[in-house]
Formats: sequence, structure tokens, C-alpha cells
Amino acid sequence: MTARWRNGLMLLVVILLVVLPLLFVNGDFGGADDAAEGAISEIDPGYKPWFKPLTELPAETESMLFALQAAIGAGVIGYTIGLLKGRQERQNPHDQKN
Amino acid sequence: MKPRSLWKFTAMVAGFTLYLLFNEPGTAQAMHIMEGFLPIGWAVFWWLAFVPFFVCGILKLKKMTRDNPELKLLLGLAGAFTFVLSAMKLPSVTGSSSHPTGTGLGAVMLGPLPMSVIGSIVLLFQALLLAHGGITTLGANAFSMAVAGPFAGYAVYKLVMKLTPREKLAVFAAAFIADLMTYVVTSFQLAVAFPAAEGGVLASFLKFGSIFAVTQIPLAISEGLLTVLLWNWLRSYSPNELSLLKRETKGRGFE
Repeated sequence: MTARWRNGLMLLVVILLVVLPLLFVNGDFGGADDAAEGAISEIDPGYKPWFKPLTELPAETESMLFALQAAIGAGVIGYTIGLLKGRQERQNPHDQKN
Repeated sequence: MKPRSLWKFTAMVAGFTLYLLFNEPGTAQAMHIMEGFLPIGWAVFWWLAFVPFFVCGILKLKKMTRDNPELKLLLGLAGAFTFVLSAMKLPSVTGSSSHPTGTGLGAVMLGPLPMSVIGSIVLLFQALLLAHGGITTLGANAFSMAVAGPFAGYAVYKLVMKLTPREKLAVFAAAFIADLMTYVVTSFQLAVAFPAAEGGVLASFLKFGSIFAVTQIPLAISEGLLTVLLWNWLRSYSPNELSLLKRETKGRGFE
């Protein structure tokens, strides 16, 4: 039970770390690279990027691809954990299921 | 992942990219070094620095999966974790967003070399499809996220395990450091490419560092905690698999 508490607590901290900046920091939360781009043009105003990204997707498509990336990853993680759990239960059929 | 399926995956990504080439422009924001934002000389330099690690990583993966087919499952897991975490753009204390790397877990489970392959696949996906990072800067970004991060994380894991028997602490530290190190290296890469007129490389390093690394600190804590959560799960369902890995990476087995 303590382990479960501890896991819950860890998850809570992760959520807080995301939510608190949103509540208490004023910013537009753009990507850190845009800030870096600004810094580069400050240091070297003459610098021109010499290569453009191959694709510039609409914002909606981009967020879809991000969701897809996360979904693929989450699917594989879920599959793996399920598989391991199933194997373990097959090995110790007398264990209580938790 | 077998090299063969790796190629299949790469081909698939390439196909998608061509298909999506004909889209309207939109705004892209990322947290790696953006396409075209490293002078050619440096871009080539980091490519050259990265490639040997990638080749060693491929060889290591081949050897691991041949000796121990069971490991494929955990390889997939390490890759998936990196996939999920690097898709999450989290808001941070500096008022900008960035994402965790997820490379610490794989480094602890499999050793740092395989992560150079797994991490660069994720980066390639983002560079091609999401205009995140870029092809010209892929060498530099892969060096920071898929080489420097995992190696630092692995070293810290080893160190903590030597000093204390507290494995969870070691896993947390590994993930935290792997994440943070990625951005320290990114800042360094930008600093040597763009030294400030006043104060040179150091001044630039501090400037970029304050953008990337400071943003990353709370995210690194989040990443550490999430990695420990997954680690706990794995431990409770699969003590033998993980210890196989331990033997494979010459770490400690579980007491």
C-alpha cells in the first residue's frame, strides 16, 4: 500500500510541476527554441539560416502527429506491461491478483 | 528493433514526409537546434562526432538481441518511453515550453550505446514530420539527446549505485541528469557556433543555457519521477527480465 501511495504522490508532483507554472508564470509558453532563435539574432544579427525545414505543417496536423507519436509510444508501453504481467501470473498462478 | 525493421521504419517516415511535403506552411516550434541554425562547418562536425556512436549502437543492438532475444521487448519499451516523453511539450517556470527526453530509462536498462540509435530515430521522426530540429542539425541534436544525455545518465546511475543501495534514487538521478545534460550540451553547441562579441563563448553559453537549461530543470524532475514510476511497474512484473538486462549491461543484479 505504501508503494501505491508513493507512486500516487510522484504522479501528483509531476502534475503540479506542469500546472503551477501555468498558473503563476506569465508567459506565452512558446517553444524554447524560438527564444534561442531570438538569442542567435541578438548575438549575430547577420546570421541567415541556410536551410529550411523540409516540411512546414499546419498547426492542427502537427498536433495530430504529436498525439500520434505519444499514442504509439503509450500503446507499446501498455502492451509490454500487460505482457509482462500476464507472464508473471502464468508463472505464479497461486499469487493473489492485485 | 532489428536493423531490418529499423530500415522499414525509416522508409515509412521518409514516405510520409514526401507525402506531407506539399502542405501549407504553419508555425513550428521546437526545443532542439532548429533547421539551418548551425553554420555548415559545425553541422558537419557534430554529424561526424555522432556517427561513430550510432554505428557502435547498431552493432551493440545486434549483439544484444542475438544473445538475448528477450531483450527486444525492453528495447521496444525504452524506445516507446522516449517517444511518449518527447511528444509532450510541458510548460515550465521560465514561461516557455520544452519537452523531456525519456532517454534515461533506456540508458539504465540497456546501457548508453543502444540509446544512440533509439534516440536518433525519434529525432529523425520529429525533424522530418514536425519541423522539430532538422536534418542539417540532426547530428548535433542526436549528439546531445541520444549520446551525451544517455552516457551522463548511465554514469550517474552507476555512481549512485556504488555509493548507496538505493536503486530508485539512482534511476531518478539518471533520468534527471540525462535530461538536463541534453540541454547543457545543446547550449554548448550553440555557444561555440555563436560566440558573443562581448565575452565570447562563455557569455553565449550562459545566454543559451538560461534559455534551454533553466527551462529544463522542472521538466527534468518530472522526467525523473515518471521514469521511477515506470521502473516500479517493471520491477513488480518482471524482476527476471530486468536482471537479464543487468547481466547484459554488466550492472548489478537485484539482491
